[in-house]
Amino acid sequence: MIIIKVIVIILLLSIQFLDDKPYFYPMIYIENLGRYFAMLRKVFSKPVKWLILKDLILKEMNDLINNSLGIVAFISFFVGGVVTIQTALNIDNPFIPKYLIGFATRQSIILEFAPTFVSIIMAGKVGSFITSSIGTMRVTEQIDALDVMGVNSLNYLVFPKIVAMSLYPFLIAIGMFLGILGGWTAGVVGGLTSSEAFTTGLQMDFKTYHIAYAFIKTVVFSFVLATVPAFYGYYMKGGALEVGRASTTAFVWTSIVIIVLNFILTQLILG
Amino acid sequence: MIEVNNLHKSFGDNHVLKGISTTFEKGKTNLIIGQSGSGKTVFLKSLLGIFEPDEGTISFDGKIYSELEENEKRELRTELGMVFQGSALFDSMTVEENVMFPLKMFSNQSKSEMADRVDFVLKRVNLLDAEKRYPSEISGGMQKRVAIARAIVMNPKYLFCDEPNSGLDPKTAILIDNLIQEITDEYQIITVINSHDMNSVMEIGEKIVFLKDGIKAWEGTNKEIFKTDNEAVTDFVYSSNLFKKVRQAYIDEN
Ligand SMILES: Nc1ncnc2c1ncn2[C@@H]1O[C@H](COP(=O)(O)OP(=O)(O)OP(=O)(O)O)[C@@H](O)[C@H]1O
Ligand SMILES: [Mg+2]
Repeated sequence: MIIIKVIVIILLLSIQFLDDKPYFYPMIYIENLGRYFAMLRKVFSKPVKWLILKDLILKEMNDLINNSLGIVAFISFFVGGVVTIQTALNIDNPFIPKYLIGFATRQSIILEFAPTFVSIIMAGKVGSFITSSIGTMRVTEQIDALDVMGVNSLNYLVFPKIVAMSLYPFLIAIGMFLGILGGWTAGVVGGLTSSEAFTTGLQMDFKTYHIAYAFIKTVVFSFVLATVPAFYGYYMKGGALEVGRASTTAFVWTSIVIIVLNFILTQLILG
Repeated sequence: MIEVNNLHKSFGDNHVLKGISTTFEKGKTNLIIGQSGSGKTVFLKSLLGIFEPDEGTISFDGKIYSELEENEKRELRTELGMVFQGSALFDSMTVEENVMFPLKMFSNQSKSEMADRVDFVLKRVNLLDAEKRYPSEISGGMQKRVAIARAIVMNPKYLFCDEPNSGLDPKTAILIDNLIQEITDEYQIITVINSHDMNSVMEIGEKIVFLKDGIKAWEGTNKEIFKTDNEAVTDFVYSSNLFKKVRQAYIDEN
């Protein structure tokens, strides 16, 4: 228990150095947390016409998921390869069986790399896209225009993103697959292990609840990725310069929330 | 009629509106004038409910806004049209889609009915060959006209324009002023316009409210504004030499 407390304190302390303000000011965090949940309530109330939402959802799927395929595939494949190479190079003891390479690759890709670290990368890509597009609408009074017309602007802007991000687990599944493929390619083509040993490792000690754990995390992160950057965009004040600043803040906080939730979920599910 | 009663609005310790009361009538173009930073935009946005007033009431044809139920407020909002200072067009949509947006959102018209209506209002604002272009691809004056078209497409009962002609050349500015006045007269709507343009004051100032330091320093018509000897008003109106001469000529003539 003491360990958890120490970790929480270290987290809180390090958070202040990640944020722009280098002093500890917990009220801001609590206030923002309250506003965040108030925002979520408005996102899900008084939905705009389904006909309009449908088009928006399709557009967001393209912007958020489709346009992220490339970078997720690229990073997963090469990081998978590197994980395998590192593991192989560190196992030069002849008593450790070679299939551990495949095993280690599978575990690190499925449990952490694909769900968590790809999500941090997405906090940069998808997150800054969401913050800057909503923030620009705020600065140029487009959000005011929606409100004046009587449109629930939070529902209009954020709800389609949450729905579109429900496809995020597929993106992560692709990342998992390509990560392992990258590992296999690096291991087998690089002559570090045989294909048989690698596949034996992949199938070794396979636990379905590990997959469940990975995808529960992914679903939670997808919600965070859609809503936290939206929060920083929607409630920003100022002009174009502040849009850039808001994107940075959003990236920092989305990452922090993902890391903290990763810690909590891991404790809850595997701990 | 829109009645504003003792409207106050502050941002932190910046007391922007210090108790403003006035009325705006049907079929008239009402102008809010005042220096940059005098609170015109804040006033207009408070009327629209974008800013919640700290004190005071606003009533639309007898209905006090702050006392309305949530759904009544939304109903009322479909009767408002607003042209923002920066146009506030949706930049992910074409001109046509921008103007069609309120129809799509709130009416049950068929596609062709909506297209006809969009065509009609775009014609009304003299904008016909830009439907398929995006806001970033048209000029500022065209953007203003699209914003007006979007504001009137639902046949609003109340039209609000925040400096509809700022940043435009004098000729286009007058065209837009006249357009707004024609629409106001034609559909008998209540129009409130923010402006610091003296041309607009002379052209369309059927009622003028002059804001200074957060209070209503003067109100009257464009005929009266020439004769008043309210110092704040004359200071503002005759800040340019040209207008000083115009005033002298006007006084000499009468
Ligand atoms: N959202 C806001 N938050 C805080 N202060 C604001 C906000 N909007 C306006 N103000 C303040 O209110 C005052 C009046 O601003 P406003 O925009 O209404 O002026 P304006 O008369 O419209 O000027 P302009 O002719 O330049 O458009 C200014 O001091 C401004 O700093
Ligand atoms: Mg203004």
